[in-house]
Amino acid sequence: MTITGNGFSAKRRLILQGTAAVALIGLGNIPFGLMPAFAAANDKYPEDAFKQKSDADAIKLLYGKTAEASDKVKLDAPEIAENGAVVPVSVSTTLADVTSISFLVSENPNALIASYRIPAGTLPAIANRIKMAKTSNVIVVVEAGGKLYSATKEVKVTVGGCGG
Amino acid sequence: MASTIRVRATSSGETTEVQALIQHPMDSGFVKDAKGELIPPHFIQQLTFEYDGKPVFAADWGGGVSKDPYVKFAFKGGKKGDDLKISWVDNKGATDSTTAKIQ
Repeated sequence: MTITGNGFSAKRRLILQGTAAVALIGLGNIPFGLMPAFAAANDKYPEDAFKQKSDADAIKLLYGKTAEASDKVKLDAPEIAENGAVVPVSVSTTLADVTSISFLVSENPNALIASYRIPAGTLPAIANRIKMAKTSNVIVVVEAGGKLYSATKEVKVTVGGCGG
Repeated sequence: MASTIRVRATSSGETTEVQALIQHPMDSGFVKDAKGELIPPHFIQQLTFEYDGKPVFAADWGGGVSKDPYVKFAFKGGKKGDDLKISWVDNKGATDSTTAKIQ
């Protein structure tokens, strides 16, 4: 029995790797708006951020920058939510100097759910309950040391919590 | 009138864990009633927790927070018997506040 060379599959692997790299680069090109960088410093209710339909727009309005995924942000949410009206979601992080934590649901009519300010001395861990219209990514954004970090998890919803 | 806010604040010595449950419809403005008419938005926008005259936690909420919202957090310090002040304001300008003793 002889084993023939497997040049084909090696080439295929190279092509796949190339595609993945291109996909990653593509995500970094979100243009900067004219957002005030210090918006998070005051206590005013961020009305406009809560009206945004997309998660990216809400994050940009709220923080004036984009978030990078981090494994130091631990998002705890159910795999499947039987009742989208009450989905328990919690977050904790090992990041230092956390000043703010926000929760977003990509597919909800308005993506931003809640934004919390964390003064010095308060632990960067929050649990709350959110509504989900349908199966969607849940995104949590943590502002630490002036930078934004995020974690994302898909939650499957069997009965939506925002429909009529 | 009974407060809309129920709070349990427990000190472990180093940190104080706070759980709050608030009675509020948290209508998002996207849900229709039985007649097919949209229920207008009615939700808590800001919720603050103060200890020793300083904010220890502040929330900005949208209509996506569940009805009768629940939140849990913890802060360093806080002595048994001390007061924790909690207050909220909703999008119609209604407010409520309460003071809880740390246990």
